[in-house]
Amino acid sequence: MEEVKEQIISLPRLGQPAPAFEAVTTHGVLKLEDFKGSWLILFSHPADFTPVCTTEFIAFAEIYPELQKRGVELLGLSVDSVSSHIAWVRNVEEKTGVKIPFPIIADLNKEVSIIYGMIHPGQSKTETVRCVFIIDDKQVIRTILYYPLTTGRNMDEILRIIDALQTTDANAVATPANWRPSEMVVVPPPNTQEMAEERLKQGYECVDWYLCKKKL
Amino acid sequence: MACISPDGKPTESGTKMLRALKSGLGSAEEIAQSTGLPLFRVRSGLRELTQAGLANQKNDKYEVTDKGAELIE
Repeated sequence: MEEVKEQIISLPRLGQPAPAFEAVTTHGVLKLEDFKGSWLILFSHPADFTPVCTTEFIAFAEIYPELQKRGVELLGLSVDSVSSHIAWVRNVEEKTGVKIPFPIIADLNKEVSIIYGMIHPGQSKTETVRCVFIIDDKQVIRTILYYPLTTGRNMDEILRIIDALQTTDANAVATPANWRPSEMVVVPPPNTQEMAEERLKQGYECVDWYLCKKKL
Repeated sequence: MACISPDGKPTESGTKMLRALKSGLGSAEEIAQSTGLPLFRVRSGLRELTQAGLANQKNDKYEVTDKGAELIE
């Protein structure tokens, strides 16, 4: 009987180092380590020359200047060839006037898609779903989003997550539901009874000892 | 190849990087700042220029080779 060997790949998880890769892109061969020191949004799309993906690429290009202000680079991915990517971004520019300024991985052999868990057979056995991996400047995975094939991503939410993560890193705070920059942030909850008692005297806006907010 | 065309000549970004190296800039960060290219592009470009024998790497610094210098004259 023929032995079937299956490689078990541990999918990326929050707080863990992003899996290393070297990939052919529309900007040449890039390695994950080339982005060290910058934040990186690695995102996959199902296929070139498809309608939802085209609207997303235009939207990513539109937020790119805002991302750059925050020290964030973009890197797209699909299992199409580099020639297909080049033809598609040229077509997008010709038809809409929007230049796609960021590189796109041509993951023909699915090497990167597999290690990042971008192919969900329940959605498609051949295409990558709409994944977003937010990787920080130390190359640690900070956020993972998965969207189905039929739902285009929300750029405001991606920018909001970047702002929230960078605010958390800079100030050792958390951010509440629907938080936007300049709004109050959540002070980490106390770990001891003594700290809980002190918390209410510290001038924060508190609902109770475990939920206090402050302005930055 | 992002920095070297199939005919062996440096592309626009490759030429920018070789010129920066020739001017004495040696680190990827310095070259990114002077050329305006993203740091990730400079890192991958320097790797490519080195593999093609147009630049040499010494620790974290790079320098243009004679072959690289000839191509931008």
